[in-house]
Parts: sequence; C-alpha cells; structure tokens
Amino acid sequence: MRRVVVRRAEPARLGEGLRAYRLIAGMWIRSTTAYRTSFALTVVGNLLITVLDFVGILLMFSQVDTLGGWTLPEVALLYGLVATAFGLADLLLGSMDALGARIRDGSFDTLLVRPVPVLAQVGADRFALRRLGRITQGTLVLCWALLTVEVSWTAAKVLLVPVAVVSGAVIFGAVFVGGAAFQIVAQDAAEVQNAFTYGGSTLLQYPPTVFGTELVRGVTYMLPLAFVNWVPAAYVLGRPYPLGLPEWAAFAPPLVAAGFAVAAGLVWRAGLRAYRSTGS
Amino acid sequence: MVGSGRLYGTVAVGGFRRYATYRAATAAGVFTNTVFGVILVYTYLALWDERPRLGGYDQAQAVTYAWLGQALYATLAIQGGGAEKELMSRIRTGEIAVDLYRPADLQLWWLAGDLGRSVFQLLGRGVIPFTFGAVFFTMALPRSAATWAAFVVAVALAMVVSFAIRYLAALAMFWLMDDRGINQTVMIAGVFCSGMVLPLNAFPEEIGSVVRALPWAAQLQVPADVLMGETSLWTAYAFQAGWAVALLALGRLLQAAATRRVVVQGG
Repeated sequence: MRRVVVRRAEPARLGEGLRAYRLIAGMWIRSTTAYRTSFALTVVGNLLITVLDFVGILLMFSQVDTLGGWTLPEVALLYGLVATAFGLADLLLGSMDALGARIRDGSFDTLLVRPVPVLAQVGADRFALRRLGRITQGTLVLCWALLTVEVSWTAAKVLLVPVAVVSGAVIFGAVFVGGAAFQIVAQDAAEVQNAFTYGGSTLLQYPPTVFGTELVRGVTYMLPLAFVNWVPAAYVLGRPYPLGLPEWAAFAPPLVAAGFAVAAGLVWRAGLRAYRSTGS
Repeated sequence: MVGSGRLYGTVAVGGFRRYATYRAATAAGVFTNTVFGVILVYTYLALWDERPRLGGYDQAQAVTYAWLGQALYATLAIQGGGAEKELMSRIRTGEIAVDLYRPADLQLWWLAGDLGRSVFQLLGRGVIPFTFGAVFFTMALPRSAATWAAFVVAVALAMVVSFAIRYLAALAMFWLMDDRGINQTVMIAGVFCSGMVLPLNAFPEEIGSVVRALPWAAQLQVPADVLMGETSLWTAYAFQAGWAVALLALGRLLQAAATRRVVVQGG
C-alpha cells in the first residue's frame, strides 16, 4: 500500500497531536468513571499494588539498618523519585504496551488511516485515571523521604527534585515509545517492554551500590535510567556518583531526557514505516 | 474410570498445547523473568551481606530462592493469569452454562486444563531463567536425584494449591460480577503471601509466622525448602496436600452453592 504523506509544519502537528491526545484521554476518563464504585475500587487497588512495592523494601529494612550502605530514608528518596516519575509516564503513555495486541487483532490499521497522529492515538488509548494511584503513592513516599533524610538543603538541591521527577517521567516515556516501536516489529513481545519499564523502575528503587558494575554501566550509558534518580539523588545526599560520573552530571537529566525522547521519536517513526499489517 | 482419566488427560494436553502456541510471547516472558531475576538476586545479595543467615538461608540459598521464584512465577500464576481469568469471563458472559451441561466435572475439567498450562510454563518459561541463574550466580542445588524428584512432587502439589486458590477466586464472580477487584486481590495476596518479595522465613517473626501457615506458602516457600533440604519431606507434603484438599473441597461447596442459586447471565 502506498501512502501519500502530507507533511505539515512540525509545531502544527505537535499541537494537533496534543489536542487529539486530550480528546481521546477525556473520552476514556468519561467511560471509566461512569461506573463510580468500580472506578473507586480500581484506584484503591492500584494504590495497594504499588504500596506492596514499598512494603517489600520496608520488610528488608525490618531486618537491616542499611542496604548497600544506604539508609531507609535514602532508599525511600530513590523510591519516591522513581515511583513518581514512572507513575507519570505510566499515566500518560502506559497503555502503549497493549500495542502488540492491537497489531495482532488488526485494529492498529484503523489508527493508521485516521487523520490524527498515531502516537497520540496509541498513547491515549485506554487512558486509565486509576494510574493516579501509583503517582499518589510515589509522591507520599517522596515527601516522607524529603522530610526525614539528613541533608543540608541548598537552592540547587531543592530545585533538582522536581526537575528530576519531570526528566525521569520523560525518560520513562521514551522507553514506552521505544518499546512500542519494538513491538511493531516483534508483535508478541509486551513482556519484553515490561522488562524495561517495570524492571527498570524496580531496579532504580535500590541503591546503585547493590548492583554489579556492568549492570550500572548498562543503565547509565546504554539506557540512561540512572539519570532518573541515582545521579540526582547522589547529588542531593552528597554520596559518590555511580561510575565516578562528573559533578555536573546531576544536572544533566533534562538534557539526557530530551536527547532520549528525540531518539525514541526517531525509532517510533522507523517502526511505523516498517509496519506490515497482519492482514487478519 | 479409565475413560474419564483419558478425558481429563486430553484436557490437560490441550491446556499445554494452547500455551505452547505462543512462542514469541514465551520467549519474551523468559527474557522478563531473567531480567527481574538478576535485579532481585542483587538486592538479596546486598541484604544477606548485611545479615548473613537471615531466615536460616545462606547467600547461595537466597540466590536459589530468587531464581526459583522467577521460574515458578508463570507456572503457578502467582499474580493470577491462568484458568481463573477465562473461567471468570465465562461466568460473566453466561457461557458457563455450556460448561455445566458437559458430562464432565466442572472443577476437574478446569484443574486439568490449568495443570497443562502450568507444566508448559514450567518447561517453557521456568527452565531457562533458572539455568541462567545457576550458570551466572552461585546457587545451592542438591546433588542427589532423589531430592530433585522430591522437588518435582512439591512443585506438582504447588500447582494444585495454586489452582485451588484461583478457582475459589473465579467462583466469586458468580456473586460479584466484576472481575477487576477479584483479580487485584488475587495479585496482591499472591505476590505478598507467596514470598515473591522476600522469602517468607526472612519476614519479621510476627508476620512471618502467619504467612507461613497460609496456603500461599505451599506455592514457593515449601518447594524451595524441599529443594534445598530445609524441611522434612513429610511435613512439607502434608502441608501442601492438606491445603490442596481443603481448598478444593471448599471449591466444590462454593460451586454447588453457586450453581443452585445463580441465574445464568444472558449474553
């Protein structure tokens, strides 16, 4: 099938995409909140599932005072940063792991012929407000950590916290987009994407000192997850950086996030071009 | 008797083959379990570094436990996702009426299908991550074939307990009509009480003594202890079989109550 591509100016396309995203997400919000009790229950359930995540860490700290040399408030800071950042990305783009299913049942083709950017359609697909549960839980842990951790606060450290959360959300968003592009090729591989998204956020809940150097190197240079929380948290806590990164690396997350997002966008376009319908 | 044995055997083989069809998904699952295994192992190593002999395990045993958890995660559908999902959707749509008409026992039918699924997941998704762990980390594996055989029996019993728990959850659909709450409960209870987060013997004592007595302990903790020779075989089997019989019997009672009182949903 030959497709005639009409290229419009990029800013216009971006605005169009965001508008479409808002409309589709709004539609899903109306649809899921129609059954109020069910919606409330799923928000609570979502909150409980993510709380369980942190309970695992609390269980560990019921047996020890430090893990990999980090105290509970310090690990809670790591946890709060990554859970909030991942929660934001999950809320905005979390349904992208269902792309494989859409490709298999052929409904992805419908999205391609609509005059709306595909990324906006896939990103807003089954937009689930219940995912606020994870963000809420992450924010609560983050606030507790910020209040209890022993840090002599400076303006730079205070500023770095929200910057790290937003940059982290963009980095995880890029992982979701890149993973979706991979699914266009692999089709039945939602689990591979989970390994990077859920696996990545689980990894970052623990101090870098816990893991082998090779693994830390991989999630710093290959997939820049270390910039979500390990590096900014090391600056805030005055701890040595993983892999002996330079001092300014703590302020690199916005740049890393932007670069990674552009890369993910390019991969997404390549993936779309490589798409072949299953024909079913 | 022989005839019905063959019937349920066929259903089990069907369950096995059904899951064996999705090769790419299986490969993807193996990859994910391996990644999570690596992450978990490093955190356990840090923990046991700080507290050697925590829960009576040494480091190699903790590592073995972590990999066993990944190997059995899909096998025992610890966070849900086996026969109960399909059974729930059949109850919701009313298709369960067809199942009730079949000249076969409802519980045994679903048990057979789920066991087939479990065996496939064990071979297809369990073996590779476990072998990966054994190659790249130090594990505490038994040398005697008898221990391995005893472990296989413990895993088989774990499969039955796992099904019995999820069958009860699925039957709850007859009264609740919405599967999300049930699925979330199955997931939370499964992940926490099975000891996916931390071995149950490494829990703080007050919580630990409770969760070690619950049926979920039969899923991961007991097979792990059998494999590593940390329990007497008969205590382990009696615990697993006891819960299996009790939960399956409860399932039959609930099933009888459900089919008596429930008006099947029209499509």
